[in-house]
Amino acid sequence: MDSQLTLHVDGEPRSLTVDNRTTLLDALRDRLGVTSPKKGCDHGQCGSCTVLLGGRRVVSCLTFAVAHDGAEVTTAEGLAEADGRLHPLQQAFLDHDGFQCGYCTPGQICSAAGMLAEAEAGHPSSATADGDGPGGVPRPVPLDEEEIRERMSGNLCRCGAYGNIVDAIRAVAGR
Amino acid sequence: MTRTEEEPARPTEPLEPLNPRAVGTSPVRLDGPAKVTGTAPYAWEHALRDPVYVHPLQSAIARGRVLRMETGRAEAAEGVAAVLTPRNAPRLADSSDRALAVLQSDDVAFRGQFIGAVLAASPEAARHAASLVDVEYEVEPHDTRLSSDRPDLYRPEAINPADEADTEEGDVEAALAAAHAVVDETYSTPMEHNNPMEPHTCVAVWHGASDDGEPALTVYDSTQWPYGVRMTLAPLFALAPERVRVISPHVGGGFGSKGLPHAHHVLAVLAARTVPGRPAKLALTRQQMFCLTGHRTPTIQRVRLGADSGGRLTALSHEAVEQTATIKEFAEQTAAQSRMMYASPNRRTSHRLAALDVPVPSWMRAPGEAPGAFAAEVAMDELAHALGLDPVELRVRNDPETDPRDGRPWSDRRLVECLRTGARRFGWDARTEAGARREGDWLVGLGVAASTYPGFGGPGSVAEIERTSDGGHAVRIAAADLGTGTWTVLTQIAADALECPFDAVHLEIGDTALPTATVAGGSAGVTAWGSTIVAAAREFRAQHGEDPAPGARTRSGMPENPDLRRYSVASFGAQFAEARVHADTGEVRVPRMLGVFSAGRIINPRTARSQFIGGMIMGMSMALFEESVLDHGTGHVVNHDFAQYHIPTSADVLDIEATWLDGPDPHAGPLGSKGIGEIGIVGSPAAVVNAVYNATGIRVRDLPVTPDKLLRY
Ligand code: FES
Ligand code: FES
Repeated sequence: MDSQLTLHVDGEPRSLTVDNRTTLLDALRDRLGVTSPKKGCDHGQCGSCTVLLGGRRVVSCLTFAVAHDGAEVTTAEGLAEADGRLHPLQQAFLDHDGFQCGYCTPGQICSAAGMLAEAEAGHPSSATADGDGPGGVPRPVPLDEEEIRERMSGNLCRCGAYGNIVDAIRAVAGR
Repeated sequence: MTRTEEEPARPTEPLEPLNPRAVGTSPVRLDGPAKVTGTAPYAWEHALRDPVYVHPLQSAIARGRVLRMETGRAEAAEGVAAVLTPRNAPRLADSSDRALAVLQSDDVAFRGQFIGAVLAASPEAARHAASLVDVEYEVEPHDTRLSSDRPDLYRPEAINPADEADTEEGDVEAALAAAHAVVDETYSTPMEHNNPMEPHTCVAVWHGASDDGEPALTVYDSTQWPYGVRMTLAPLFALAPERVRVISPHVGGGFGSKGLPHAHHVLAVLAARTVPGRPAKLALTRQQMFCLTGHRTPTIQRVRLGADSGGRLTALSHEAVEQTATIKEFAEQTAAQSRMMYASPNRRTSHRLAALDVPVPSWMRAPGEAPGAFAAEVAMDELAHALGLDPVELRVRNDPETDPRDGRPWSDRRLVECLRTGARRFGWDARTEAGARREGDWLVGLGVAASTYPGFGGPGSVAEIERTSDGGHAVRIAAADLGTGTWTVLTQIAADALECPFDAVHLEIGDTALPTATVAGGSAGVTAWGSTIVAAAREFRAQHGEDPAPGARTRSGMPENPDLRRYSVASFGAQFAEARVHADTGEVRVPRMLGVFSAGRIINPRTARSQFIGGMIMGMSMALFEESVLDHGTGHVVNHDFAQYHIPTSADVLDIEATWLDGPDPHAGPLGSKGIGEIGIVGSPAAVVNAVYNATGIRVRDLPVTPDKLLRY
């Protein structure tokens, strides 16, 4: 069975017809030709397919496209400016050599962008000592190395670029 | 590596050393902007019209025959273009390589082998239709169990890449009997899988009636060796090699598993032949990779060491047992490095194989060296303990003056300096007796191991240099970048070879439309391709002078390096690890690792550091996590995904640092460079295991070191 839907991908409305079994990842890669998100496992186990869906990081292989009619999808390609200027995270990944083969990289960068927003909004991780501020109001979580490692552990990198990835994210988080 | 049909005459005079200017600096990766935005096209991602999607059918038995395949329901399913089986698949012109003779017979030689494929208009349709095919088998009993007492173990003719299976020197038994201290232990390493993050992908287009009426084939691939794919596929499909074009500009990791073509290449082309003119897209799933892309053989290794009271080895014996497949042999060189690592007057090495009903093992990062050094370097730690000697000192005392294999001088062996430098930087003198240091609930220990990797990298590649209209130079060679920094480092080398600015070089790689290149394997890629570029640049200058007109062009190979015969060339390193073991749970954390390497000239410190560290992390992973669990009842790797086959993630990787001794190897060719891609995984597993021993007093000899092996009941 097919369905019609519209996705706002990297700021552009894109209408498409998909087989209802199509994941968001395959809709992007195979239907729309948006290949910035990568397929490493198709099972939600590696993070290569991470995109921002309405600003939050998701593994796009684990959700069906048909469930996201009208959604805003941002890929690593869309994090860069239209004129080619890179997002600060992307520049930091270049400067710190935060990748080798580059296949996990768009997912790492989307994940990092989502993660910075989560920390800013006060979402704790299992590495967070205590959560809320006075009166139960969430406060931004300071991101030390341990926090970043913990929060980025859903994104595998077989090349082993982890140390440089953490350095890159710290450089941006510290701004 | 293998020479190809396209190599022009090459110079015979040895190459003078390169004058480094861009070489040795750290430009940011040239492919970086495309990688961080995700716009660098990997094999699946080339924009092609009207594709068919290929979903493989796989054997559900480990040995036997396909009797019947009921494909009617699949063929009738919506969107299905064809269902291939052994009965209807196109015949190959050559089916002598049984690992590549896909769908050419009904025989099943391992579980998960291809027995067919569905071609459909969408991935969902192909996958669903594949579930509708019923298969009836004639099942034969299978045998997948490796042990060192199997009566059918045999000695291979040669071991990878081309060495003798056994060596014997002096009288090992007598020396052991007379030794002051002896270690005699058996070590094992499990089956492992490379698991590059980009699954193996092949997109094939069969041009049935191209302009001249002859068929042609285009393959968008993820490969460490574009020309290897061409040379393998062409004869199977009765094509002249130049009718096959392989395009692979970016490779999402490989670690050896994309070094040689596999069965999925053949299946993709069979599918493409079925739908001429349409791209046939095949990407293996993560699960399928566990039976179709090679694996590291499990090993059982008996190591015996004898030493005199001064801590000098008097006997060194390293006997390895491994598996291979019934359809094709792969003999890993597990004990090979024990032939050259330490001095000993009496020495034995041997390799024995069991041919089992398993997929064909293949290259996985430092095949041979990585599992071999685990056993040998843990045994050295055990010997140090038996002698009451510091493990660094034991290695220093047994450093051979010349190569024990043939007495050749070393080109540049600085292992002792690596060990001493590393010991100082790591704070080795804080190491205590085994089991003596406890911080809260954590037992803390330090470990060391030595590393080596052979210096490969000879002729076989060709580079083309052409002056471009913008005053720069195009440099063309069908090399591969699988995260190795090839785009960047070959540009650095070309800039220095042409004595021009870095950004005046326009490099083209990853395409058989370019001149031939050897495999990105054996840690030899950059040395071999870079030396070829140096040779071609000098030919270019000789032919066209300092300021040639646009369009001036030269192709050249590289000469043999005569020093490789006179000297023994290898990279060396010392690896240090700290382990913290939880006293109650056996959980292991590795807070620090340090590798100090001697690998000749480092072309790009930024990318080299990443590569060394990546290897060390894979070594830590080998020590603690990785194990493909083969269920002998079914012949199937049961933990065939990232939820169950564990590799490190960010939270596992703490302070890991790599550094190196400066200076070119004077005998390693014009660049003075040696391999860096694999040595990081050699020795690092032993360093971690030795650190765990130092922390706990528990000696683990069977990888991986899971917590259960560290609990005292
Ligand atoms: S591809 Fe989605 S998590 Fe791996
Ligand atoms: S850069 Fe290769 S998997 Fe992360």
